[in-house]
Amino acid sequence: MTISLSQPDVCKISINDLNFYYDTFHALKSISMQIRKNKITAFIGPSGCGKSTLLRTLNRMYQLYPSQIAKGEIVVDGMNILDKKQDLNMLRAKMGMVFQKPTPFPMSIFDNVAFGVKLYESLNRYDLAERVEWALQKAALWEEVKDKLNQSGTSLSGGQQQRLCIARTIAVKPDVVLLDEPTSALDPISTARIEDLIFQLKEDYTIAIVTHNMQQAARVSDYTAYMYLGELVEFGATDLIFTTPRQRATEDYITGKFG
Amino acid sequence: MKIPIYTRRRIINAINLTFSVLAMAFGLFWLFWILLTLFDKGLDGISFATFTQMTPSPGDTGGLLNAIAGSLVMVTLATLIGTPVGIMAGTYLAEFGQRGWLAPVTRFVNDILLSAPSIVIGLFVYTVYVAKVGHFSGWAGALALSLIVIPVVVRTTEDMLRLIPNSLREAAIALGAPQWKVVTLVTWRASKVGIMTGILLAVARISGETAPLLFTALNNQFWSADMNRPMANLPVVIFQFAMSPYEYWQELAWAGALLITLSVLGLNVAARIFMRKRDF
Repeated sequence: MTISLSQPDVCKISINDLNFYYDTFHALKSISMQIRKNKITAFIGPSGCGKSTLLRTLNRMYQLYPSQIAKGEIVVDGMNILDKKQDLNMLRAKMGMVFQKPTPFPMSIFDNVAFGVKLYESLNRYDLAERVEWALQKAALWEEVKDKLNQSGTSLSGGQQQRLCIARTIAVKPDVVLLDEPTSALDPISTARIEDLIFQLKEDYTIAIVTHNMQQAARVSDYTAYMYLGELVEFGATDLIFTTPRQRATEDYITGKFG
Repeated sequence: MKIPIYTRRRIINAINLTFSVLAMAFGLFWLFWILLTLFDKGLDGISFATFTQMTPSPGDTGGLLNAIAGSLVMVTLATLIGTPVGIMAGTYLAEFGQRGWLAPVTRFVNDILLSAPSIVIGLFVYTVYVAKVGHFSGWAGALALSLIVIPVVVRTTEDMLRLIPNSLREAAIALGAPQWKVVTLVTWRASKVGIMTGILLAVARISGETAPLLFTALNNQFWSADMNRPMANLPVVIFQFAMSPYEYWQELAWAGALLITLSVLGLNVAARIFMRKRDF
């Protein structure tokens, strides 16, 4: 594992020669990159380029489906998480994930946030309530829901539901937050709120975000990876990728000539 | 002469609509005739004595108390036995059995059981239980009914769980939840309305079953709370009384039929109300 000198940030996740297959379809081709600690790394690229697939290997979500196979190495804190010995539940508690569509559980707002916490910690009622409030504060949702914590999570608006899902994810206190197009189903105002939120979260978490929205990648991320047809075309600091991309393909995509 | 395409479509629509309405009217006609007859004949037989007195001997007067109680006990027991088994098996099929041969085989066998004539179930329980212990009993009746409950509940539970989008499961798994927690805390909750409806439908189905009880619980003219002895129940009493030459018995049979219909109707209405009410 080498960290290039031009980027002194600490490496959190190191992906080495990762290949991914949906049955026989080769979806990720020999990906190698590093995700830096307490930074936001954005994955961009046209549909089907493998960016969501890459994100789903980081918490081994793909393992739910028997025909999906990952080969290679993903080292998190010195451990290869693709190793058979890796405990999947512990890994997923450490690598929180927020999905494209909001997925509130069929339970109250409070229970939604407490769900993950209760799995790994036995807090007393007071501490649990405190943790739920903390997570909702972090997700900038507390003011809107503090009087209706017992209402159903599904009664919230789409943008609120997505912030609820973010609150639920950070309530577990993960190391890494994986965001899979978290704002693609939301209106511009909700999107702006969630972007603000993501920006604040990087103080405490390492963040990887998949997005279709180029401006979003430029606005929030520190590093950007451009992927195309399962290959990592270019990866580097976001300001460099967007101002002076080294690859012609990257430039075509971010300027809208292609994609 | 050419008919414009839009006019033609309207004519075809009118024809199809007419036939659909006629088909519906045909179905409803018989249904209402059955209900009307049932109310007409059944209401005469129902009195206070129906709920307070035992089934009478020929020429005597009486009610249906022992049959109502027996039916209630056996249907309740069958539901208590069949529901947990059905929910667990249905959950296995929907949530755990993605790999291997066990789930497809179970699903296939369950479908056969679902469509098996209920008289076959009665004969089966007769052979393996009644013939072995040497007498008819309430337990055998409850067992036979529970064998009818199981496949219904398995099927509805699996179907309802399959309606839950995978994204909800993934969301719970992404928080580090082990699979059994995902099932018990998230997917069961999300589909509880549907699963409850399945149970109510199963109860409605067994409350009118006669054939499986003929071979198992048989009947009992007297009050008996002993599950190890033959037990009175509405369907068999109706069967017996309706076939008898005594007018009073026939009247009671109508009353019993009306009672069963009303309770099944009540259960269906309850199921609908339950379906509509979604607290979460």
